[in-house]
Amino acid sequence: MGKVLAEFKKGLWDEIAPFRLVLGLCPALAVTTEAGNGLGMGLAVTFVLTCSNLLVSALRKIIPDQVRIAAYIVVIASFVIIVELVTQAYFYPLYKALGVFVPLIVVNCIILGRAEAFASKNPVIESMADGLGMGLGFTLSLVALGSVRELLGAGTIFGIQIMGKSYLPFLLMIVPPGAFIALGVMLGFMNMAKTNQQRISGLQNNPAPCCNVSST
Amino acid sequence: MSISYYLLLIVSAVLVNNILLAQFLGNCPFLGVSKKMETAIGMGMAVIFVLTLAGMFTWMISHFLLVPLKLDYLRTIAFILVIASLVQFVEMVIRKISPTLYQSLGIFLPLITTNCAVLGVALINIDEGYFFLETLIFSFASAVGFALALIIFSGIRERIDLGPVPKPFQGTAIGLITAGLLSMAFFGFAGLG
Repeated sequence: MGKVLAEFKKGLWDEIAPFRLVLGLCPALAVTTEAGNGLGMGLAVTFVLTCSNLLVSALRKIIPDQVRIAAYIVVIASFVIIVELVTQAYFYPLYKALGVFVPLIVVNCIILGRAEAFASKNPVIESMADGLGMGLGFTLSLVALGSVRELLGAGTIFGIQIMGKSYLPFLLMIVPPGAFIALGVMLGFMNMAKTNQQRISGLQNNPAPCCNVSST
Repeated sequence: MSISYYLLLIVSAVLVNNILLAQFLGNCPFLGVSKKMETAIGMGMAVIFVLTLAGMFTWMISHFLLVPLKLDYLRTIAFILVIASLVQFVEMVIRKISPTLYQSLGIFLPLITTNCAVLGVALINIDEGYFFLETLIFSFASAVGFALALIIFSGIRERIDLGPVPKPFQGTAIGLITAGLLSMAFFGFAGLG
């Protein structure tokens, strides 16, 4: 049980994507003009990642080694089509806002990366925990990035007015250049937090704890 | 369709709606292989080659196979399989025909399967309802835009490596901020369309 929990927790801070593992940048940059879109994209990726990890792990002894990448892609693409059809039917505004990035979940490197690096070598329960943790970590990052961009660029978070009527929107944050700059600055601050954390644990002469989720 | 329409399509795809800096497609290789100018050029050429071919093939698959059989909803899975097998095929052909070309492009070809720019452009072609010639031109121009941005970015990055960057910002963080400034420069072309 402890191992399952550890696999789940590592995706939330220690290996959080796209900050620690610089993967899956395209959706992270493109859809985070609003926090709500980031949340939708994150949950879609979480669903695909958990399901594909489950299936890849369950089939890991059957899939021949030479064609494994093609097999993983077929598994992932099937789940992406499910997500595509469901969002189109029940969450049409979100489907419109995410546009071409819904089908592009297929080539999100996080999903293929976890299938190849983790699910193909580990039992089903651990793989699901890994997928769920990684997916929720990705969701968390996207919501954080989306909130920062929406707050500075429009004065709102999830459409709720925060900054007051007199706030002049900082439009750079909404347009494409702002996405790169916001993500770069946030990554820099995360690195700073990581070094601080290591220095403090070094001073106390303790081995670094597995993860310190409370500091998120 | 006049010549000026196609010229506008090319300018728009290369500069105004640059696939990397305005549409955010293909950012993983953008940050991954841009540390040296030589590798950036190799990757750029490989993408131009594969993206143009993939655009043509996926258009034909969609119009001659998926639409007549009413299998549109299988588009994503069909396209990714076409792209994956196309990349494998191109790799084998290049290895047989030109070993020198294979040496410069070979290592980049497998990476292209998971480059979202290829699948992204294939899907945009269908969504926009382009005809065959438009598809061909748009795919080629998008890929040229990708190569252009990648090569410029790698040039800047070679210089940044020599500069005094604060420690937490070294590597990817400063790379992203640089990409933001480059994207801002490309934003200046917005009036052209």
